[in-house]
Amino acid sequence: MDAIPAHMRPERSFQGFILILQRFWADQGCVILQPYDMEMGAGTFHPATTLRALGPKQWNAAYVQPSRRPKDGRYGENPNRLQHYYQFQVIMKPSPPNLQELYLKSLAAIGIDSALHDIRFVEDDWESPTLGAWGLGWECWCDGMEVSQFTYFQQVAGVECAPVAGELTYGLERLAMYVQGVDRVYDLNFNGRDGADKVTYGDVFLQAEQEYSRHNFEYADTTMLFEQFRMAEEACKKYLAAGWREGSNQKEHLMALPAYDQCIKASHVFNLLDARGVISVTERASYIMRVRELAKACGEAWIHTEAGRAV
Amino acid sequence: MPDLLLELFSEEIPARMQAKAADDLRRMVTDKLVAEGLVYEGAKAFATPRRLTLTVHGIPARQSDLKEERRGPRVGGADAAIQGFLKATGLASLSEAKIQTDPKKGDFYIALIEKPGRPTLDVLAEILPVIVRTFPWPKSMRWGERSGKPGALTWVRPLHAVIATFGLETEEPDVVKFDVAGIEAGRTTFGHRFMAPAAISVRRFEDYEAKLLDAKVVLDPERRKDTIVTDAKQLAFAQGFELVEDQVLLDEVSGLVEWPVALMGSFDQEYLAIPDEVIRATIRNNQKCFVVKDPKTGKLTNKFILTANIEASDGGKAIVAGNERVIRARLSDAKFFYDSDLKTKLEARLPKFENIVFHEKLGTQGERIKRIERLAAEIAPLVGADVEKTKRAAHLAKADLLTEVVGEFPELQGLMGKYYALAQGEDASVAAASEEHYKPQGPADRVPTDPVSVAVALADKLDTLSLFFWMGELPTGSKDPFALRRAAIGVIRLMLENQLRLSLRSLLESAIWSMINLWDNQYRSVLLVSELLESDDEDSAGRKLKGRHFEHVRSPESLEAFRLRDGYSSMAFTFGDEQGVSGFELEGPMWAQARLGFSDPFAAIRELELFFADRLKVQLRDQGARHDLVDAVFSLGGQDDLLLVVRRVEALGKFLDTDDGKNLLAGTKRANNILGIEEKKDKRSFDGAPDAALYKLDEEKALAKAIDQVKNEAGAAVAKEDFAAAMSAMARLRPAVDAFFDKVKVNDDDPKVRENRLRLLNEIRAATRAVADFSKIEG
Repeated sequence: MDAIPAHMRPERSFQGFILILQRFWADQGCVILQPYDMEMGAGTFHPATTLRALGPKQWNAAYVQPSRRPKDGRYGENPNRLQHYYQFQVIMKPSPPNLQELYLKSLAAIGIDSALHDIRFVEDDWESPTLGAWGLGWECWCDGMEVSQFTYFQQVAGVECAPVAGELTYGLERLAMYVQGVDRVYDLNFNGRDGADKVTYGDVFLQAEQEYSRHNFEYADTTMLFEQFRMAEEACKKYLAAGWREGSNQKEHLMALPAYDQCIKASHVFNLLDARGVISVTERASYIMRVRELAKACGEAWIHTEAGRAV
Repeated sequence: MPDLLLELFSEEIPARMQAKAADDLRRMVTDKLVAEGLVYEGAKAFATPRRLTLTVHGIPARQSDLKEERRGPRVGGADAAIQGFLKATGLASLSEAKIQTDPKKGDFYIALIEKPGRPTLDVLAEILPVIVRTFPWPKSMRWGERSGKPGALTWVRPLHAVIATFGLETEEPDVVKFDVAGIEAGRTTFGHRFMAPAAISVRRFEDYEAKLLDAKVVLDPERRKDTIVTDAKQLAFAQGFELVEDQVLLDEVSGLVEWPVALMGSFDQEYLAIPDEVIRATIRNNQKCFVVKDPKTGKLTNKFILTANIEASDGGKAIVAGNERVIRARLSDAKFFYDSDLKTKLEARLPKFENIVFHEKLGTQGERIKRIERLAAEIAPLVGADVEKTKRAAHLAKADLLTEVVGEFPELQGLMGKYYALAQGEDASVAAASEEHYKPQGPADRVPTDPVSVAVALADKLDTLSLFFWMGELPTGSKDPFALRRAAIGVIRLMLENQLRLSLRSLLESAIWSMINLWDNQYRSVLLVSELLESDDEDSAGRKLKGRHFEHVRSPESLEAFRLRDGYSSMAFTFGDEQGVSGFELEGPMWAQARLGFSDPFAAIRELELFFADRLKVQLRDQGARHDLVDAVFSLGGQDDLLLVVRRVEALGKFLDTDDGKNLLAGTKRANNILGIEEKKDKRSFDGAPDAALYKLDEEKALAKAIDQVKNEAGAAVAKEDFAAAMSAMARLRPAVDAFFDKVKVNDDDPKVRENRLRLLNEIRAATRAVADFSKIEG
């Protein structure tokens, strides 16, 4: 690690910071994936977590996932709220006995010294009504700031996790701001360079935040979105129905992944509709339930696939 | 005698669960020991974020031997009984049993069971794993490799190590040998996660606690709390300030650290422009830090105190700086919320309430606010409040629910309303009502006294109570999701503590009437509705269609119009095309959009009156009044002025403490008993005035005269609400009643005289009913 050039050091480079995390978890035996190519609200939605958390097979993975939260847009005016940000996600199944220690080592790798900083595991029971998932764990605090979520999945997509997977989610911008010592996310040094060569987070994302805030709150085409929701829901059900086969001695499913893509789609479209304020309180619950039903059906399909089933 | 040390070492246990878990562990282990015949001398349990620890000292080293005689079946009894007896007692054959002769019942087998006591170490090895497996965590989880298999251990968070040692102080203790989910009990634990993470080997509680302390773990939560409070006070004092103590926060914070280190940080002065309560909520709820005030002004200062879990290598500079950054960002959000709240007038927020559902059947928050406004205006003159101010107060009282600050900190509802109302120049009483109309929230909460607040507080609670009873959503057992009990007690306290003379029934009628009236004004369709009935129509498959009869009540003038008549079982609100119409409507769009299921309003009110009577009884009993006296007063009927009920109960209680009272009660009870028996015998009552011509004895005449006098005097006193005077008038009845029972035989041979005397007894009962139904009084 001593060989890290200055522009890649976590305390001055956002991208260097990400690379160090990837390197760290690769060293722990994780496969390092690239972001999933769909819009989603959190890294948990990535099939590498949602689906891979199910079934008995060992699975260790880590990846960055751009996360879209249309409602959190602030037109680029809030120092730390974004409608698009990065999560770093680690999933290890079964959860290793030293997962907390590994997590603390990963903090050390990005420059958070536990002799200097107050690191705490504060109760946080995680539940995702849209995914039909829950788990117990903590929010991890560093000097009073929440920097990660740490969860032992108990149930995902309505299916009991057996064995349990441990999930870590790092809020990358927030952690990087802490490590770089900046108060405004847009001031993060993205590429670790100085002077004219320096690229900030604002250079990369400020315009996008402004444009997407406008889109999410004012212009997103709700007629189209309602239609897209309906279509995604229908397609998901259609693919699920079409995927079932009677195998030689057990039922199997051949299209869980494409079906689940439509579930992801429906969830994001719902978030956009919600941000546009066109879903009433009562309708809201019913939309969430509809997405959950899709997620559960996908989970059920997944555990009848090659990667999801026993043996 | 030997001691037990048990430690369950895990990943971080939620702070809010630690105290109860320690208690549960102590209770479960000691209960089990006692059940095994192992009486111990003392036990103490502790919790830190990472461990539950129990020490039990003075446990016998082994169980005493057990000798027991167990009685079996009769000699020559059924074979099944005998086999069962042998099996239960472990005897090989009947030859091992004794025979006991019982002169009454014949001969029985007796088994002599001798069970040698086991070593406590073995007993512990048996009970401890069961306790771990059945531990009552509010929420528990599975983890790791084993969670894939059925029957995996669950714990609050992953369990890593177990210490279980048992032995005498003077000797090397034994390890209690057991295993839960692959974790062997042993004698190893670990120190502070960051400052002393190495393994520690321990023998017993004394060296365990001391070694932990060396390894930067304060085991006892009380000691951690003391450290936090003492250090926090010191830090504040050193700067001339004062810690704002907060027990709930202290309990939580002490469960987040094993080695508490209090540190002080500060924030920008400009944030002190935010109300203190908002600053405190921000710093406390989100950051779990204490706030600090200036003792000279009583106002918060720009300092806060955090509790770290480590002695940092830089003395805490980085930790303070980090916390300051987070608190700055939080306060900046809070200030932004507060400032932007101030830009919108409270009344401008009201239209949004039209879209917020309060309850499916009762409609939106907007409707509710209108009802409360109407009811509060009606109550205002009765409680001495200015009607216009009261209306304004009720109009604005809920508006802060839609502000940003309350959205962020729901516990500040009402209080923020007050600040915002004052900021927009509302009258002080109007502003205060925003906060006070929620009160009293619990037994310790203050009852508002400003008449405007009182009127709005009553209206708010009565609206909820009467409408929920009306649609049949009553609290049952421990379930009271809408806190109706609390609302009723609130109403009672508002009335009693402000000495308000109000008719509960008319208030409840008004509350229901508000809903009808507002709906009638807006949609003109409040209906009486029948059950769902089969009609003559059929669908295409030949099934009978169902529908309801209904009658629209056009422009009702009072609640009387909705007393349910024959053929109707409930009321409904619709968005109506049915003005003035009655008829039959099949299931379909009209009923689908209707708000159905409101019962007879008068029945609902009767039920609610009983509910109030129950609450009042509980309330008075808690204050030491006898519940039978409360019953005796309520049993008079028509008692709907709660303040008068209480005064009557008080006067009655005092009266019954006197000899006159006791004797009169005895006399009345005697009269009652005789009447009861004779009424039953004759299957009739003995109402009506006695005939003076039929009196034969002086005592009869004297009693009749006394009753007349007392009736008049007591009646007059009650009319003046002077219950003490009514009671002393009543006392004068006593000698006549006593003399009557001494000298007069009620069941005279002449049936006419008998009847007349029974009527006279009935008059005693009637006279005493001026103050209470004496038959309900015990003793």
